[in-house]
Amino acid sequence: MSGIELRATLEVVLAGGFCGALGFWVLGERLAYAGESLSHGLLPGLVLAALAGVPLLLGAAGGALAAAALIALAARDPRVGPDAGTAVAVTGLVGLGTLLALAPESPQRLAELLFGDPLGVSDGDLIAAAVLLAAGGAVLAALRRPLTVTAFDPAGASALGLKPGVVRLTLLALMAAAIAVTVQGLGALLVLAALVAPPVAVRGHVRGPGAAMAAGAAVAAAAGVAGIQLSAQAGTAAGASVALVLCAAAALGAALRR
Amino acid sequence: MTGPALEAERLTVGYGGRPVLGGVSFAVDPGRTVCVLGPNGGGKTTLFRALVGELEPLEGSVRVTARPAYVAQTERTRLDFPVSALDVALMGALAHGRWWLPPRRADRAAARAALDRVGLAEAAGTPFGELSGGQRQRALLARALVQDSPVLLLDEPMAGVDPASAQQIDAIFAELRGEGRTLLVSSHDVEGARGFDLVLCLNGRQVAFGPPHQALDRAAIEATYGRELIMLDETGAARAVRMSHHEHHEHHEP
Repeated sequence: MSGIELRATLEVVLAGGFCGALGFWVLGERLAYAGESLSHGLLPGLVLAALAGVPLLLGAAGGALAAAALIALAARDPRVGPDAGTAVAVTGLVGLGTLLALAPESPQRLAELLFGDPLGVSDGDLIAAAVLLAAGGAVLAALRRPLTVTAFDPAGASALGLKPGVVRLTLLALMAAAIAVTVQGLGALLVLAALVAPPVAVRGHVRGPGAAMAAGAAVAAAAGVAGIQLSAQAGTAAGASVALVLCAAAALGAALRR
Repeated sequence: MTGPALEAERLTVGYGGRPVLGGVSFAVDPGRTVCVLGPNGGGKTTLFRALVGELEPLEGSVRVTARPAYVAQTERTRLDFPVSALDVALMGALAHGRWWLPPRRADRAAARAALDRVGLAEAAGTPFGELSGGQRQRALLARALVQDSPVLLLDEPMAGVDPASAQQIDAIFAELRGEGRTLLVSSHDVEGARGFDLVLCLNGRQVAFGPPHQALDRAAIEATYGRELIMLDETGAARAVRMSHHEHHEHHEP
């Protein structure tokens, strides 16, 4: 394995591993559509960061915040409805990002922002992925019991003295952080595969949230390794290869479910 | 303990600013048992949600001396979520704090003891979604037992429950009463309500509150259930028979 491949593998294993664990709760709280919206809607932030030459992580984080605010605003309009409002806001943001990226004076980096470029990760990206896994993993471990009660029985969670609203908000923040970091490797269009495919792959094969998180992380990491290898052997795009292996794992897991 | 265990004063609650239940004022002394009667949509669940602090009152106030243990209707739980009966019972330990740490050995012992008490010791490892309706209700009751609160709120614990489970649940209610705990139990069983210390009748508002012989007069039952009931007067005591044949499959409040 070359140095570049090794770094790419490290990136998708670290960031993907966290996404794979977090994904169990994303599906548990039915946030897959919210995650997709957020990951696509942050594109203008990524493009602006690329144009300005600042770290993409900053652009992704700023783009995610702006997208979340715009989606919340659009989804709240009762004349439009939450589904349509979100769809219009996200499509508008993707259009804006594309427009900025394809402007004559901007560098041609749209493809790697949309589809990711794990082979081009910087030291900063690797550090961000390691911090995400360590800090995010610690938060998930600490929140395991409140998250379980909140997803299983929100009414019971309030009665037990927990705050389901705060628990869900923390989950949303973790999801935004995971997307902002992982988008470096998988791009705005493919990053959701790391969040949603692993929990789909393990659902019905594990007992309990702890096991589901561990198995999801393992599936994501294995798919990351396999995807980078596939890309190196077959000469395919690295980000797309990882995303396809993730989705194949989800399809296999679903097919094998009893 | 001094003062009432549970109290509502001129309480109005609802969803999105729209009142669903209003004019509720009652006080329950510690150790008393209360049956909450009312039609579906009458505000029983809404009252419980206000008492556990899940809903803020639109007007008035509620007061509970201790954090109550709450057994919600099993329909409000996620059956596809991967938790076992033991996991559900263990959730009760979260009321004692330390939510960021794994359960202690003592918590596990308490959860197993509670499952044993509700007759689910054998099913401890069974996924919640694979339990029968009565077993699910008992698992949630075990969670309330682990919480060990002096006040228990149970929302239609007998709905969709097999006779054997109902008998076990009744026996545990008797034990909890013997331990001096305050019980608020919602139900559709007007006759069964006569076995409680107090009855609270709701139908969008408070229709009646008091000992069964006072609260369950003909006017109150008619105001609570309207035409859902046939009244059979027998030696002055109002008796009621529900006409609804689909008690366990009706729509519940949000």
